[in-house]
Amino acid sequence: MKKWECVVCGWVYDEEEGCPEEGLAPGTAWADVPDDFICPDCGVGKDDFEMVEI
Amino acid sequence: MSQVKAPVIVIGTGLAGYNLVKEFRKQDAETPVLMITADDGRNYSKPMLSTGFTKGKSANELAMGDAGKMAEQLNVTIRTNTRVTGIDAARHVVFVGEEPVGYSKLVLAWGAEPVAVRIEGGASENIFTINDLQDYSNFRAELEGKKRILIMGAGLIGCEYANDLTNGGYKVEVVAPSSQVLPNLLPEQAASAVQHGLEGLGVKFNLGPFVRRVTQTERGLVADLSNGEQIETDIIVSAIGLRPRLDLAVKAGLQVNQGICVDRSLQTTEADIYALGDCAEVDGKVLLYVMPLMAGARALAKTLAGQPTDVIYGAMPVMIKTPVVPVVVSPPVLQGVWDIESSGVNVKALCRDDAGALLGYALTGTCVADKLALNKELPAIFK
Repeated sequence: MKKWECVVCGWVYDEEEGCPEEGLAPGTAWADVPDDFICPDCGVGKDDFEMVEI
Repeated sequence: MSQVKAPVIVIGTGLAGYNLVKEFRKQDAETPVLMITADDGRNYSKPMLSTGFTKGKSANELAMGDAGKMAEQLNVTIRTNTRVTGIDAARHVVFVGEEPVGYSKLVLAWGAEPVAVRIEGGASENIFTINDLQDYSNFRAELEGKKRILIMGAGLIGCEYANDLTNGGYKVEVVAPSSQVLPNLLPEQAASAVQHGLEGLGVKFNLGPFVRRVTQTERGLVADLSNGEQIETDIIVSAIGLRPRLDLAVKAGLQVNQGICVDRSLQTTEADIYALGDCAEVDGKVLLYVMPLMAGARALAKTLAGQPTDVIYGAMPVMIKTPVVPVVVSPPVLQGVWDIESSGVNVKALCRDDAGALLGYALTGTCVADKLALNKELPAIFK
């Protein structure tokens, strides 16, 4: 499982935890997150996220 | 003979300019776009300037691409280190000095500037504002070998910097003429939670006075406060506020108020001129945050591509990057009654109307975990 960080605001999506409040179950891989997903903290799109080392 | 169509011109290559063009290219791959910027055109995220010391990032490391890379990626022309000096709305021309450059549509995305301070004492070159990547770079260079930092202002940027610079190993004092930190953003209990958290890290607050005079002495800089106290420091950061840049808009005859007045389609009072991001006042609202800027970029990209679209502002909660006591706040637009629960630095403050509907909130510490659930209850700013 990997983590992805919003390059604009620093919000982190952890695949292991998912983001249930945004409808993403724990274990949802980044590749399976819908393309119209937007960062819950700053509103940028999925292409503004980068994989971060754990 | 066919005439070459004038480009869409975007003034500014900050988050507003680059995100707009990125969204525009999803709608329209062909129309020529010219971006003009007074700086070097490096792509960076301004909010990240508040966490650079915690993350150990230099200015170069915060830059995600230079102007050349961005021009290629977005299929646009970028003129760097170029300042637009005038706009002729009737002729659809901007001026770079004497040089006229025609546009089909013009987007003002030149941001906001720090509120200027006039401080007596002749040491004002030691007072820094950090409003862009170059400022950040200059400030980091200037910090070399220094230990003590005085921050003027206890608002969002002042508090974020206090946390970040303390994490960076500096001894930080804050001076602000307010009775609490984050005035106008947080109710008092939530503000004191943040203040206590920062004090726990070693930040010293002087709330009430302002800096009247700064002088250079052999012990370093000495700041004289309006309450008669003195603070010795090595360097001063001014974080007393930001305001939309208006000069050129005023000169061009556009209507301005706090920001450049635009309607819900982000059009100014002149046809084919739009404003986006920190310089814009959208339907009476100036919101100097990323989320409204992104909503604006998506809508304006469609409008520029020939599909007129009004911007929708849902709830716009603001994250304040004070990791010692995280904060998220959605300031209520309407009057309501606050209900506040707190335990140590964890505060959950909810503002509701007479009927019990949520109007806004302020959450600190572990309570920030409630934000996504609460966001669904918040009213939209305008839909």
